Amino acid sequence: MGRKGLFIDYEYCTGCHTCEVACKQENNYPAGRWGIKVNEIILESFNKVEINYLPFPTELCNLCAARIKGGELPACVKHCQASCMKYGDLTDLVQAMEHKAKTVLFAPK
Amino acid sequence: MEYDKVVTTTAWSPGPGCHGGCGVKLYIKDGKVVKAEGDETHPFNQGRACPRLLALTQYMYHPDRITYPLKRVGKRGEGKFERISWEEALDTIEAKLGKIKEESGPESVLFCQGTGRDIGGPISFLAYSYGSPNWIQLGLAGHSCYTPRLGAMMATYGDYSVLDAAQFSEKRYDDPDYKVPQIIMVWAQNPMPGCPDGFFGHWIVDCMKRGSKLIVIDPRWTWFASRAEKFLQIRPGTDGALAMAMINVIISEELYDKDFVEQWTEGFEELKHRAAEYTPQKVAEITWIPEEDIIESARMYALAKPAAIQWGVPIDKCPEGSTVAQAITHLWCLTGNLDVPGGNVIARPAYGVTTYPFSTQEMHELYGEEFVKNLNEKRIGANEFPMVRNFRGWAQPDLAVKQMFTGDPYPIKACWIQTSNILGGQAADTRLHYEALKRMDFVVVADLFHNPTTMAVADIILPVASTAEKESFRSWWVPLQVIVPAVEVGECRSDWEINLELAKRFNPELRKRYDTVKQLIDDRLKPAGITYDQLKEQGGWVMPPENSASRPYRRYEKGLLRPDGKPGFRTTSGKVEFASKSYQDWGLDPLPYYSEPPESEVRTPELFKKYPLVMVTGRRSSVFFHSEHRMIPWLRECDPYPIVEINPSVAGKMGIEDGEWIVIENDRGSIKRKAQVTPIVHPKVISVPHGWWLPEEDGREPNLYGIWDINCNNLVHIGPGAKSGYGGGAYKTALVRIRKANEAVE
Ligand code: SF4
Ligand code: SF4
Repeated sequence: MGRKGLFIDYEYCTGCHTCEVACKQENNYPAGRWGIKVNEIILESFNKVEINYLPFPTELCNLCAARIKGGELPACVKHCQASCMKYGDLTDLVQAMEHKAKTVLFAPK
Repeated sequence: MEYDKVVTTTAWSPGPGCHGGCGVKLYIKDGKVVKAEGDETHPFNQGRACPRLLALTQYMYHPDRITYPLKRVGKRGEGKFERISWEEALDTIEAKLGKIKEESGPESVLFCQGTGRDIGGPISFLAYSYGSPNWIQLGLAGHSCYTPRLGAMMATYGDYSVLDAAQFSEKRYDDPDYKVPQIIMVWAQNPMPGCPDGFFGHWIVDCMKRGSKLIVIDPRWTWFASRAEKFLQIRPGTDGALAMAMINVIISEELYDKDFVEQWTEGFEELKHRAAEYTPQKVAEITWIPEEDIIESARMYALAKPAAIQWGVPIDKCPEGSTVAQAITHLWCLTGNLDVPGGNVIARPAYGVTTYPFSTQEMHELYGEEFVKNLNEKRIGANEFPMVRNFRGWAQPDLAVKQMFTGDPYPIKACWIQTSNILGGQAADTRLHYEALKRMDFVVVADLFHNPTTMAVADIILPVASTAEKESFRSWWVPLQVIVPAVEVGECRSDWEINLELAKRFNPELRKRYDTVKQLIDDRLKPAGITYDQLKEQGGWVMPPENSASRPYRRYEKGLLRPDGKPGFRTTSGKVEFASKSYQDWGLDPLPYYSEPPESEVRTPELFKKYPLVMVTGRRSSVFFHSEHRMIPWLRECDPYPIVEINPSVAGKMGIEDGEWIVIENDRGSIKRKAQVTPIVHPKVISVPHGWWLPEEDGREPNLYGIWDINCNNLVHIGPGAKSGYGGGAYKTALVRIRKANEAVE
């Protein structure tokens, strides 16, 4: 089996914190430990303020191995309020990137 | 994760703490909830969940949660409480309230609730059964939350509306009748953090992915603003002027929907005449928005078919909130976007099921004709404000708090407070409400955690069940759905259970009718022809039937809106009334207009010299619901500090650094906040999030979890700011100045 990844469409990530808390609940991580952390990037551009959020899967991300085995989506992907995360084979996710700008792909493991 | 079973239910109130609607799966192990997830088969959230729902286990099983009834044993404020039985708690309450009723009349007890909860039903049953007309959001200046907007829509076309995100169809966006709005005007709201007014905020993101373009109106750059075609960074409180200018542009450039206006509306000429006073040039000065942006946005909105407006509570908080809401309502009526796919669709609860009785007949049967007839005689504000008298059953909060001191026209003796942390939350002028509550002979608080209100004034505290522990239902627009109890925690009881039990003690009619909460729910569900158990068995939710009064679209053409079955709207004229007869009957201007905030660079220039910044409070956080959740570790760490947002140009001038604690002050007092230096806020505005108290600090007096130091409402005055009695709470427009914490001012 090929490597799996997390695909994030940061055009639509609203920074809602759902993925962070979903991950803590799933893995029973205490406060202060993050399997995924949302970064906020706020910059003044020429005539506007650019606001972007980008979740980053940390070393504690195990790609929800137990959930995947049980046929479920990763907790963060399932609950993402903007439905802007995907989980899957890297090759498929790279395909998805071909079709959508403002995306990133993580292969945490 | 191991579990014994999964319970499918609806989220509403304690736990996620919200306006509810999400389908939820609760995983149960050994009688405890071990995990909460979104239900992917539910059309409302389609499997998604907010951080507050996902932290439900930390909320339910928090060591500080109150899990049995308490009575106060020390002085108020000493924080000394003792465990008592439910029997003792209820008997004490019955006896004390019974005595107050005898001595001072039932109207001398206020039944106080907070916002948007599963509470309207339980609290109105109790208040009315006891005999008090004073059902109230005590502290909420001008009752400035949704009621002004609801009143404006009702006065204009006899119904309410919401942005159409296909939420009335089980197929959602795939429904062939549905169209995505080409333009969404997000007016005074950041839909990201929650479910404002029962609307899942991320539905706007769903629409954006399907092609909707945005116009955003806000004093702050939000995520939505950063992705908008047009961002109108407005001066707080001036939304009414902007709406009038947009109406003016749309009418004078003939961009309105002529067929709709011709056939279904009246009062157009009067509106045209009134709106002509608001030229884009003049309004640009009022609102700080460049003239061409006003004109272009009005055109963009009017030319898009369909287009929809998603609006927020700051509109209610504008001066004369109900007239501002009226002007914005007119925008979707003028452009023919009312009850069309992808517009602002008329929203009625599915099958016409209401949480509590509205019809006179039902009220008579439950509470007696005499009581219903007299409701308005004693209801606070009903004599002063015809709109308060005639639209909805709320008492007027600003008059109420004054009456708690003056006893005029009758004394207020006790408060029943449920789902509301008045002193840590909604009360404008915190100190005034603190002193008013201290004067009460008896205060009951039903809640889940200690907070500044329980600590300062509670005599009896009743432990309330979370969403996972209660039997209830939700009929706020759609779907019609049930809340299913999954587990028990300590001796906690649901608001319904507590209130039905007590209501029965005061009202023999209820005793005859309802042994159990479920019987009461079944009674409410009758218009849907279904029982609680049946609804639960079939998955827990149901959408309104096609071609019915509670399902879009274009019901005015089909004769589905009026009681007489004729086409048209539920107004006396049968039309959309741009000049509202209801407003006229209520002694208000039938047409919308703009009114300057009570404190501002324009109205109070002298004060503005001293206090040159506008304080907007109330920006939402996705990890908190108002004053809740500060003690939940997974949530608090996402938004850890009571901050103030300051523009870098202002901070730079004053030598304020990011992260530094600063003082915010005006003539009413001063508070401390941690500076967050950010370009998202306008240089003439600071944003100060509300609902802050610090559960980690000493809850006893005088500290009360730090509210005197950090609660922004210490700086906000009470109302009523509005002629209608509704709207105008100055939560967005108080003038303030800031300084470094260690610097004295002259
Ligand atoms: S995939 Fe699972 S472990 Fe990784 S960030 Fe998402 S929820 Fe956490
Ligand atoms: S849940 Fe989705 S939208 Fe929310 S912060 Fe995470 S990636 Fe962004």
